[in-house]
Amino acid sequence: MNLKILKTGMLDSIQDSGRLGYQQFGINPGGTMDKYAAAIANILVGNNTDEAVIEMHFPAPAIFFDQPAMIALSGADFSANINGTQIPLNHAVIINKNTTLQFHTPKNKSRCYLAVKGGVKISKWLNSYSTNLVAEAGGFLGRKLLKDDTLELNNSTNTYNLKDTDDFKILPWSANEDFGIQYKEEFLVMPGSEWDWLDKASQEKFLKNPFFISHNSDRMGYRLASEPLHSATKTELVSSAVNFGTIQLLPDGQLIILMADHQTTGGYPRLGNIISAHLSILAQMKAGDKIQFKFTDHQTAENLILKQQQHLTQLEIACKLRLENYIHENYRH
Amino acid sequence: MDRLPSYKISSLGETALIIDFGNTIDESINKLVHSLFYQLQNDPIPGMIEAVPGYSSLTIYYDILFIRNLLNKQTTAFEWISESIKKFIPKENIETGDPQILIKVPVCYEIEYAPDLSFIASQNKISPDEVIYLHTSTDYHIYMLGFLPGFAYMGMVDEKISSSRKQKPEFVEAGSIGIAGKQTGIYPFRSQGGWQIIGRTPLKLFDKEKINPVLFKAGDKVQFYSITKDEFEDIKNRNA
Repeated sequence: MNLKILKTGMLDSIQDSGRLGYQQFGINPGGTMDKYAAAIANILVGNNTDEAVIEMHFPAPAIFFDQPAMIALSGADFSANINGTQIPLNHAVIINKNTTLQFHTPKNKSRCYLAVKGGVKISKWLNSYSTNLVAEAGGFLGRKLLKDDTLELNNSTNTYNLKDTDDFKILPWSANEDFGIQYKEEFLVMPGSEWDWLDKASQEKFLKNPFFISHNSDRMGYRLASEPLHSATKTELVSSAVNFGTIQLLPDGQLIILMADHQTTGGYPRLGNIISAHLSILAQMKAGDKIQFKFTDHQTAENLILKQQQHLTQLEIACKLRLENYIHENYRH
Repeated sequence: MDRLPSYKISSLGETALIIDFGNTIDESINKLVHSLFYQLQNDPIPGMIEAVPGYSSLTIYYDILFIRNLLNKQTTAFEWISESIKKFIPKENIETGDPQILIKVPVCYEIEYAPDLSFIASQNKISPDEVIYLHTSTDYHIYMLGFLPGFAYMGMVDEKISSSRKQKPEFVEAGSIGIAGKQTGIYPFRSQGGWQIIGRTPLKLFDKEKINPVLFKAGDKVQFYSITKDEFEDIKNRNA
């Protein structure tokens, strides 16, 4: 055993960048809600950006390590500490054997990502580590993590000999997670294929009114509360594919935004889609938060996600170099 | 279908686009969707991640980073995929290229597994036996998979056994066979569902241990046949 859950959190699951290629069978991509934060956590410990991470919500778990490890946290700040000493987000941290990672208070955001150098030793299901809770497959036994679950760390890919260390160190450099997101109080939205089903007044409301994330929101989708919108047509949509970020009009006039665990197809009108560069902001929002929509075009949406990718690539190069130098100076004799 | 229906391309966010042949449930249009789908499976457009067939639309998910690296700065990935897809859309109607497989599905229609069978019978003023007879006397076309892993949307059922959805979704057991409108389908998992349940199959529609965890694929044909409760238990135990 290398890592043990001492206390069950609200919903902690193994996720990666998603399970691609199986939507034709009704199997959704799933994966992390905040792909950007998960990538940063992985990059900080020198993993590939699609390595499995633990996605945590608050109340968060307590996690015991019986081996030295290099870890990083990114995303929500739940006031993490190692054996009582606070550790910051967006730093690589080297921990001793027999240490416990705990979380005290949720300070901001909704989802915190834990990356461990080398990843955890679990097998992929359909080419992905992501937990599919509906199919009870993938991740750790196809379910959320529970008290007493133990996970082995992948030491085979651990190129640094951390076992010899007896240290607790917060590595001095950090990743700036705000750069690359480019969100200015409004979610940029691409118009959806059924946008013109809305009557004129509702189209105006969609672009003007605030919408509030309701409590009835989870990894599958966020239900929004607002003044109801109305379809100008009685036509029903035959089932067709949807996407992470698709905004659907429900029969009661309210909206739902589909999130990482969305079903592959749906029959509600698709009014728009949040651009992927903004999904990580949305993934970190909470019930009661206010959101507003603004239309954008393909060029802008594509350029923003490319920019975010470039930022991650630069970060990856910089972190690899720093990490190698640091390990060289401190651990190789 | 003599003439090809016209189509419309729209975006599903900047990471996917929909080729829409009209909002309709029509087997010949659906076969056109499958023909396009299987062509793309065999000969994917560079940068395509996956394609998903719907009733009358095909959705293509693509990798913007990969595509934009191939292109000059002015062209978007959307424009490029929209353009690349055109050569795959057949100029005239062709039979779907993928061989159709007929899958025979045993169904126990006894009351214990068929809570809504008598409702459908009385709604349509026929006997429960007639419902079973009509449900088992046709091959059904699988239009698409969606909703749950392995859930196949099939049709069309005879007008005399068609039925509206339930007002409120209820929990249904894995293997339950439902009818909604003229569609029929099987729930692979215990889940919430709004279709009228007329029987249950002992077959495992989803098995995560298998390389192909899902029994059906879009374009397959399904034939239901009636079995007794004892046969249901036998098959179930053999598959367990």
